[in-house]
Amino acid sequence: MDQLAQQLVNGLAWGSIYALIALGYTMVYGVLRLINFAHGDVYMIGAMSAFYFAHWLGLADAPSLFGFVVVMGLAMLTCALLGALIERAAYRPLRRQPRWAMLTTAIGVSMLLEYGGQALFGPDPKFFPQLIASAPALRLGGAVVTNIDLLIFGVSLALMLGLRWLVYGTRVGMALRAVSVNVDAASLMGINVNTIIAMTFMIGSALAAAAGAMVGLRNPKIEPLMGLMPGIKAFVAAVLGGIGNFPGAVAGGLLMGVTETLVAAYISSTYRDAVAFVILIAVLLVRPAGLFGTVTVEKV
Amino acid sequence: MTAPTPPLRPLGARRRWSRLLLSLATLLCACSKPTTDEIRIGEFGSLTGGTATFGISTHEGLMLALDEINASGGLLGKKVTVITEDNQSKPEESVTAVLKLIKQNEVAAVIGEVASSRSLAAAPQCQANKIPMLSPASTNPKVTQVGDYIFRACFIDPFQGSTMARFAVDRLHAKRIAILTDAKNDYSVGLTEFFKATAKQLGAEIVAEESYAEGDIEFKAQLTAIKATNPDVIYAPGYYTECALIARQARELGIEVPFLGGDGWDSPKTVEIGGKAVEGTYITNHYSPEDQRPEVQKFIADYKAKYGGKTPDAMAVLGYDAMRMMADAIRRAGSTDGDKIRDALATTKDFSGVSGHISMDAERNAQKDIVVLQIRDGQFRFVESIAPTAG
Repeated sequence: MDQLAQQLVNGLAWGSIYALIALGYTMVYGVLRLINFAHGDVYMIGAMSAFYFAHWLGLADAPSLFGFVVVMGLAMLTCALLGALIERAAYRPLRRQPRWAMLTTAIGVSMLLEYGGQALFGPDPKFFPQLIASAPALRLGGAVVTNIDLLIFGVSLALMLGLRWLVYGTRVGMALRAVSVNVDAASLMGINVNTIIAMTFMIGSALAAAAGAMVGLRNPKIEPLMGLMPGIKAFVAAVLGGIGNFPGAVAGGLLMGVTETLVAAYISSTYRDAVAFVILIAVLLVRPAGLFGTVTVEKV
Repeated sequence: MTAPTPPLRPLGARRRWSRLLLSLATLLCACSKPTTDEIRIGEFGSLTGGTATFGISTHEGLMLALDEINASGGLLGKKVTVITEDNQSKPEESVTAVLKLIKQNEVAAVIGEVASSRSLAAAPQCQANKIPMLSPASTNPKVTQVGDYIFRACFIDPFQGSTMARFAVDRLHAKRIAILTDAKNDYSVGLTEFFKATAKQLGAEIVAEESYAEGDIEFKAQLTAIKATNPDVIYAPGYYTECALIARQARELGIEVPFLGGDGWDSPKTVEIGGKAVEGTYITNHYSPEDQRPEVQKFIADYKAKYGGKTPDAMAVLGYDAMRMMADAIRRAGSTDGDKIRDALATTKDFSGVSGHISMDAERNAQKDIVVLQIRDGQFRFVESIAPTAG
């Protein structure tokens, strides 16, 4: 029983990371109907830029919660700019082209970031500075929750609530929802579609950067190809929850994290990665639009 | 039936083509003509990538040996050059690297690799081209089983695994042992197999057997399962990048028992990433810098002088020993012919290396002592030395 509680804590912490990345996939899909394959690599850039900011600002040697928040904020800003740049340079010129053109470009951007990252940062793993020393913060029965786990839960929840407020509580959010329903109609209503799409990329990328910085803190080994697997898993999580659906992405991410942990704990870590995809197939067979998605009937 | 006549090409064009081909051929001949004033040895290793410190240390040790060999007049009256190829810590790149060394650089012999999976990828190419290959540090038995041109300068996993099992049971009095293996790594799987066999024989109980894959960063699921079985020690025969994170996460979950490992833990990064979490870990290794033999102390002094005061790790020692063993074999062979170097390597006996007195056995494996080290205050400290007969 103690062990199960501990495994759930492990799984939820890991699942929160997936959820943050999955939100970026879902947001971009909502406005562009595009699977942004470069998203996992934006998460890598988030971890890398946090690493460099921590060293440049001298915060690596003076651990504090404040230091981490500063570093994470700067990493989020860097990735927001990167997201806007990717959208402007790679996707916007192709918006009126067939959809596969953008999809192929997304794979190209992903490779550019991975191998450009290897050239720029070097392919060796780096040790992420311990901005917050890990310590047990809470005991739930026999399960240990570390202060870093608590931080991950807290930051993820805050970011998700912030996103929810932005999308459902502001005029910008209303514009964003309008664009995702119908781009042309939104444009006719006087919404600047370019700005809204660029903003979507910026917000999604910033969330991925936060995930990257927190993973660096929890599992302090970062390298240029670290975004590959989490990127795919978060994409699966987004589809699982119903792509384009915000609560779906969060639920999908948490479900993925918990399932993977339980499979590794009680079955075998060899099957961990395979199980993610088995679940995806099983869910899509029963609910083709994902757990929270609604099937839209195309009117001819 | 008559074949359709091909369209006629103007005569001049054809002549121009053949002239171009002829000049290209002469050019190629000029390039590949072996120069007689040097002996070329190829090295392939992980200078970048996941296990970069293995490749870099080996290379540094090897270059130190090369300097000494050339300073004392080279081999067979010729200067020795080493051509190095990086395989980015990938098995598939290792194949490309050795093929380039053999076909393009026409090396007389090859030295590499540290990781068994990468040596195993490259060895068939050396065997097929009859070029002797000497692995400095691959401990999986399968490596030299590829063929009679493949040798190693280190001990093999059965010895390493069973020695650690003996140490755990006899010295640490461990009764309940948990194992955490890198399932994608030949080296780790091999060590686990031999450790388990000996530990069971000595009466210890294997209470948990978990696995992960190279490149993973999250191990809490497996560690939580291990914690529930309440072991006395945890054997984690993996590589430093993963093992240091494993130790970290184990301590976060409140697991306090010591870790045991193999030579894959030997890297400065273990302590850098692991910090306090890796304190108390016991590992089996090829050498200890605290060994007082004059060969060892001279090597350490020379290495520190060449590389800015850095203390050599075991991989540097094995790179140094491998290069000197190869030079010794070429000198005794009196030739750079592949077969003659192979025969000389196979008859290496009581070679005085930094990692001990080395003799080649019939399976082309080096026979020598193993040392057990413990991490104390961020340093790998010598615990004891165990002779091969004990294994």
